[in-house]
Amino acid sequence: MAIEVRIPTILRTYTGGEKAVSGSGASLAELIDDLEANHPGIRERLLEDKDGSDDLRRFVNVYVNDEDVRFLGGLEAPVSDGDQVVVLPAVAGG
Amino acid sequence: MTRYDDLLASVGNTPLVGLPTLSPSPDVRLWAKLEDRNPTGSIKDRPALKMIEMAEKEGRIRPGTTLLEPTSGNTGISLAMAAQLKGYRLVCVMPENTSEERRQLLRMWGAEIVSSPAAGGSNEAVRVAKEIAADHPDWVMMYQYGNDANALAHEEGTGPELLADLPTITHFVAGLGTTGTLMGVSRFFRREKPEVKIVAAEPRYGELVYGLRNLDEGFVPELYDASLIDSRFSVGPRDAVRRVRELLEAEGIFAGISTGAILHAALGQAARAVKAGEVADIAFVVCDGGWKYLSTGAYEGTVDEAEDRLEGQLWA
Repeated sequence: MAIEVRIPTILRTYTGGEKAVSGSGASLAELIDDLEANHPGIRERLLEDKDGSDDLRRFVNVYVNDEDVRFLGGLEAPVSDGDQVVVLPAVAGG
Repeated sequence: MTRYDDLLASVGNTPLVGLPTLSPSPDVRLWAKLEDRNPTGSIKDRPALKMIEMAEKEGRIRPGTTLLEPTSGNTGISLAMAAQLKGYRLVCVMPENTSEERRQLLRMWGAEIVSSPAAGGSNEAVRVAKEIAADHPDWVMMYQYGNDANALAHEEGTGPELLADLPTITHFVAGLGTTGTLMGVSRFFRREKPEVKIVAAEPRYGELVYGLRNLDEGFVPELYDASLIDSRFSVGPRDAVRRVRELLEAEGIFAGISTGAILHAALGQAARAVKAGEVADIAFVVCDGGWKYLSTGAYEGTVDEAEDRLEGQLWA
């Protein structure tokens, strides 16, 4: 079993139009590296350099089993087989 | 006290009711803060009134001034009511994929509506409102996403009311839109009872709403401070509809769809507390009643049908 990653419309140019792809890794950082290996260019769209290390871009939200990874350790958030990861752009509510 | 000099004075002081059926055990209890009991039927009466009062105090507006606001509905309706009573003109910028009831209510209270494109949701409403503001320097935008009076209304009202009614509170769960409710209530509890967990439930819409042309068009409200939140959940329309129906069936409360998303997150916290053997008093917000969303089809037929009908709509 792998980790299902749901891709927003805006990033599907990197996945050949696929809405969901599968990946592997023990942390979100490893999962994103794995995605990059199969879908080159996607890493750059998800991450930016912040004070010399990688961080999620400001307008990118990532959820592991519906919980925002920024409250689960960010890129170090643990992931495992069977998890569902959702990537979404940040939008306004209210 | 239940007598007030006028309608505006009656904003806030809403009831907190227990949910004996949905609460998993006597040790882990859920409590609903009924914000639909505000004058226009939503929690937004609190920030709307506070934003107007602060602008008056600062001398930025006076009767006759045109107020401008990007809104998916409730904030606009609240502002329209207050503006009518206080003698302001109100122009609301609203995404076109919002329910017809919300538009009718806005017009009834005398607001003028400018529609913004459905794709991009409230992001587009914000962008269009900023353009209009630039063209009309004499108009005053309340700007709920960055106006501290929005959070202040909850810091001074919602938070203290919750602590007074539920001194044993352990969790507070609310929706994340402008972030005003969560920021304000959290500021209060971080000061008065810092062990209270602050949990955000964020609605997850259909793809159309996330139809940005590029990621740089994303939007994070200026009010948002992640350090004031302990966890944040994304809740899709299916869970929101399922929970909003459970709330009616089990407890008799008829709430709007976004409340279903909040209840879903609250039940998640309750399940964690039961598993950990902890005592918990979990308060969550009922943002509004279901009346304005009947036309969305969320309350009829199967959950599958309701989920399909909500695709592409701004249901929260």
